[in-house]
Amino acid sequence: MNQWKNFSKGFIKDNPVFVLLLGLCPTLAVTSSAINGLGMGLATMFVLVCSNMVISLIKNLIPDKVRIPSFIVIIASFVTIVELIMEGFAPALFEALGIFIPLIVVNCIVLGRAEGFASKQSFISSLIDGLGMGLGFAFALTLLGAVREALGNGSIFGYKFIEGDAILVFILSPGAFIVLGYLIALLNRFKKTI
Amino acid sequence: MEYLIIIISAIFVSNIVLAQYLGICPFLGVSGKVSTSVGMSGAVLFVMTIATIVTWLVYQYVLLPFGITFLQTISFILIIASLVQMVEIILKKVSPPLYQALGIYLPLITTNCAIMGVALLTVAKPDFDLLKGVVFAVASALGFGLAMLLFAGIREHLDLMDVPKGMRGVPIALVTAGILALAFMGFTGLV
Repeated sequence: MNQWKNFSKGFIKDNPVFVLLLGLCPTLAVTSSAINGLGMGLATMFVLVCSNMVISLIKNLIPDKVRIPSFIVIIASFVTIVELIMEGFAPALFEALGIFIPLIVVNCIVLGRAEGFASKQSFISSLIDGLGMGLGFAFALTLLGAVREALGNGSIFGYKFIEGDAILVFILSPGAFIVLGYLIALLNRFKKTI
Repeated sequence: MEYLIIIISAIFVSNIVLAQYLGICPFLGVSGKVSTSVGMSGAVLFVMTIATIVTWLVYQYVLLPFGITFLQTISFILIIASLVQMVEIILKKVSPPLYQALGIYLPLITTNCAIMGVALLTVAKPDFDLLKGVVFAVASALGFGLAMLLFAGIREHLDLMDVPKGMRGVPIALVTAGILALAFMGFTGLV
């Protein structure tokens, strides 16, 4: 398979959030600011890359019947690693993301790539797929976070460009649904023209 | 009174789907028809209650005494995954009609973050005993069911509407969910 295509499909064509609609819970929950979105995206990317690599390496050792539980255990181990690292080195981000760090385990995108891709493909392909999909996920979360932060707080990455109050509802839960809905609609429109 | 506050806040004020963003996948995925959303809500109610009881007991009597709380993510997901399998097998044997109603939704529940989320939220609250945890889990599942039902009802009507081309399907569903969430924000300050 063409590795560049394999890498780049995660951004637009098969973007986990905008096209595949996988892993929407953390997507909506943590994107109240761009930096939280980026942090969550990178944490998920780490888990995705590591679990893809390990699963593609040991795919022949796992009996077919217990494949899903084994994948879940592998993913859960990496999530625990991320949890401990984040608690140690970025406690503020850890606080902000809350229970959505342990919930990476049940993020369908990670299990979906493990089952749909890494359990069939070679080590290198799986590594590149994990990187591409993870970056696509991080990109989507950062974009959503940036739009919500700009509309709801008048700032991007904490840099304030509007003085005073903005439209607060975009930081609260209804704003998450509405902004994501319009972003997907925009992308649908944009995809038709290219 | 204490229990009433837990129930009202879990169903309305911090609704698990619309305010806490848990269980969005089934919320968007199986809310096309009212009948399927009832089935899914029933399955969630069932599994969430059992899962919360078991994870609470494991947390209090195994993880805490041995000081291995860092294993909570791994142990909880394993408990939930095996529990779902067990519930499926038992239901098949004991109550075939119930199995027929809930059966196809059960495998989906393992990766439903609402189950794991409620289990994590329950053990994270220090003042919760087992009974409060169960009440919280049941009320959260009812809140999930309420949001599901409302949303499915709206979507059934939405199918008949003339939606602009780019907004068809998921985008309009998300915007609808946003407006529903806006309505639920009206409950803020109730408790």
